[in-house]
Amino acid sequence: MKKELTRQQYLDLYYYMRLNRAVEDTMVKLFRQNKIVGGLYSSLGQEAISVGTSYALEKKDWLAPMIRNIGALLVKGVPPRDIFMQHMAKYDSPTKGKDGTSHFGDLDNLHIVSPISMLGDLIPVMVGVAMAGRYLGQKIVAMTWIGDGGSSTGVFHEGLNFAATQKAPFVLVLENNLWAYSTPVGRQVPLENLADRAKAYGIESYIVDGNDVVAVYSAAKEAVERARAGEGPILIEAKTFRRLGHAQHDPAEYVPKEMRSYWEARDPITLHEKFLTSEKLLDAGGKKEIEQKLDTLLASEREFAENSPLPPGELAETGVYCTGDECHKIRAKWERPIAEVTPPKSSVAAVWTIPGFGSGKGSGGANAPIHFGDTQTAVGKPASEAKSANDGKPVAKVAVKAAAKKTAKTARATASRKARR
Amino acid sequence: MARTNGAAATNGTQVTFLEAIKQAMFEEMERDPTVVLLGEDVGVYGGAFKTSEGLLERFGWERVIDTPISESAIIGAACGMSYLGLRPICEMQFIDFIVCAFNQITNFVAKGHYLWNAPAPMVIRGPSGGGVHGGPFHSANPEMYFVHTPGLKVIYPSTPYDAKGLLKAAVRDNNPVLFFEHKFLYRRIKGEVPSGDYTVPIGKAVVRREGRHLTILSYAAMMHTALEASDALAKEGIEAEVIDLHTLLPLDEETILNSVKKTNKCLVVHEDTKTGGIAGEIAAILFEKAFQDLDGPLVRVTSLDTPVPYAPTLEEYFLPNAKKVFSAAKELARY
Ligand SMILES: Cc1ncc(C[n+]2csc(CCOP(=O)(O)OP(=O)(O)O)c2C)c(N)n1
Ligand SMILES: [Mg+2]
Repeated sequence: MKKELTRQQYLDLYYYMRLNRAVEDTMVKLFRQNKIVGGLYSSLGQEAISVGTSYALEKKDWLAPMIRNIGALLVKGVPPRDIFMQHMAKYDSPTKGKDGTSHFGDLDNLHIVSPISMLGDLIPVMVGVAMAGRYLGQKIVAMTWIGDGGSSTGVFHEGLNFAATQKAPFVLVLENNLWAYSTPVGRQVPLENLADRAKAYGIESYIVDGNDVVAVYSAAKEAVERARAGEGPILIEAKTFRRLGHAQHDPAEYVPKEMRSYWEARDPITLHEKFLTSEKLLDAGGKKEIEQKLDTLLASEREFAENSPLPPGELAETGVYCTGDECHKIRAKWERPIAEVTPPKSSVAAVWTIPGFGSGKGSGGANAPIHFGDTQTAVGKPASEAKSANDGKPVAKVAVKAAAKKTAKTARATASRKARR
Repeated sequence: MARTNGAAATNGTQVTFLEAIKQAMFEEMERDPTVVLLGEDVGVYGGAFKTSEGLLERFGWERVIDTPISESAIIGAACGMSYLGLRPICEMQFIDFIVCAFNQITNFVAKGHYLWNAPAPMVIRGPSGGGVHGGPFHSANPEMYFVHTPGLKVIYPSTPYDAKGLLKAAVRDNNPVLFFEHKFLYRRIKGEVPSGDYTVPIGKAVVRREGRHLTILSYAAMMHTALEASDALAKEGIEAEVIDLHTLLPLDEETILNSVKKTNKCLVVHEDTKTGGIAGEIAAILFEKAFQDLDGPLVRVTSLDTPVPYAPTLEEYFLPNAKKVFSAAKELARY
């Protein structure tokens, strides 16, 4: 079920989708003028996902974008010039020309983790961010995105499974745009709904119409709140379509025409604009104002980017290692008493301990053989006896099972059937 | 000539290599609440080799994390933790499994500081090496995959003193550090460690034995083999200078060059296979920077270019030993 938003929120979502598209339109122009060094990817038609999901985060939360999540970077507060300069490999870009596209981050202020090209690798990393945030008492949520194709990687599984066992405050947005380069989703994953993968991890999932920004936001907001409340990770499948080729070089002739025209008629910006107009939240004057604001902003951002030089060659040699405090002062921000995680308070008996197991007893201990530490016969109680003391189950504080509460099935209702191929 | 173990060991106690590692983790976790440990069976069980025994009981489940069998997730999550200022230690149950996380280490962890100014202070450690009949999947020496990766530091110690001091230094380092623990040494080697806090600097080799006829470079378990061979050489009047590299990345070129400029001959012993082993890199450094000083070829005594075989007879044939080092060194000394 879609949430009721304030007028400002409805308009924000519109503005950021327009900004997302305008930034990418500008980059297409730069690309055609040969000003972009590498490839250029597009999120045309998928803006509602980047914007709607990231808009559900708080300032302190962490995100890691994929290549088609320029919109999420903008919502998080990255200025368009940084995105232009990254693509143009400029000296003033966040990575000073060392990497391109959305491959940059900001640990200190915006809380953005840089992606790498290898699909899926962000998932365990963001699980670690979520776990560290919880450990430090920061009450943050970590969010990242993955494609339908990227969900076939091993790290997707390792990461989500680990997140589930840890009940990490982590939200994974699976953008099912029906294509992974030239491979249709059906040949990536033999599932109608990729959200079903969540079942394997015992976690909650939502399916949402990825072209309906309010629906996307509503699902994301619910997921973020639940993750923050300690209910564990949540997978959101957003159904959408990749309107352009894999990147600028790809005419995507493998995409059936009807599929394309079906989705072109469901442009997320047009849809939201219709909604805003019918609800009298936006009129022609208001729209004009936004467009002028975008034009002025992007012209100056683009100018700044174009005027930035390429980095000097010698820069290539620098920065492989952190040289110590003068390079980076690494400080954790504690928002809980440190005493809780240091002895004597931390030195509780292990929450998992079951009688007759662990603490080295009967498991080799100091006499364990030099390799395989567990090849000695156990002394002590037989396993069956040890089990009965505890119903045979370790009493894990980080219980694996997802919360039984099913309150937020709601978002599922908004999933348009038609949104599937 | 006297051997030195690099330690200013007074008032210390004799501990095993394994105990030294355990102490290092215990003391670092005690000292700094941002230090956490994650890995397979590190908590309740205390680690497959018992290197983390007692840590869960002392530091609690939030800091000693039993993970699923997911090496990429362990490394990836540790990297994410490090971004928030934690200093995670990841245990690979056997170092052989580190290659399951190869991509996370070489592409994610290693490149972050260079590309986007994101340091990843974390340690990846685990039992490595052969000689214990672990077979082809429990005996690996994968150090050179990582020595070839800018952004990482790679440590492979040979004594309890160094193991403890280097592991502590690794935890405090702002960079990702790979720390290999030769499992042959775990309970076979004992050595003195001081009672107080100390670290051993990363990237600084140690002269274990002074000599003038040739330089023998080694590290980890082979360090002891090299010393054994040098005792035998001494009986024949050949004085080998034996150097423990113990940090392979960054390599202490200065100590190597100083020694070779004195002895004019160099032999490298490593348990890693020959092709692409550190000896090749050392040969290149000597050719570049000590060409005029060399009075003989660089000699390599290494394992064979094969997987590590299982049968004791095969493994024995596969590995370098003191005899092989002795005869190669003797020949080089005569050259
Ligand atoms: C591990 C890995 N293998 C291959 C690639 C090359 N590659 C880049 S994008 C892509 C297709 C991705 O499809 P999907 O995950 O659905 O994302 P989309 O492009 O649709 O957003 C491929 C194969 C890669 N980046 N990473
Ligand atoms: Mg796709």
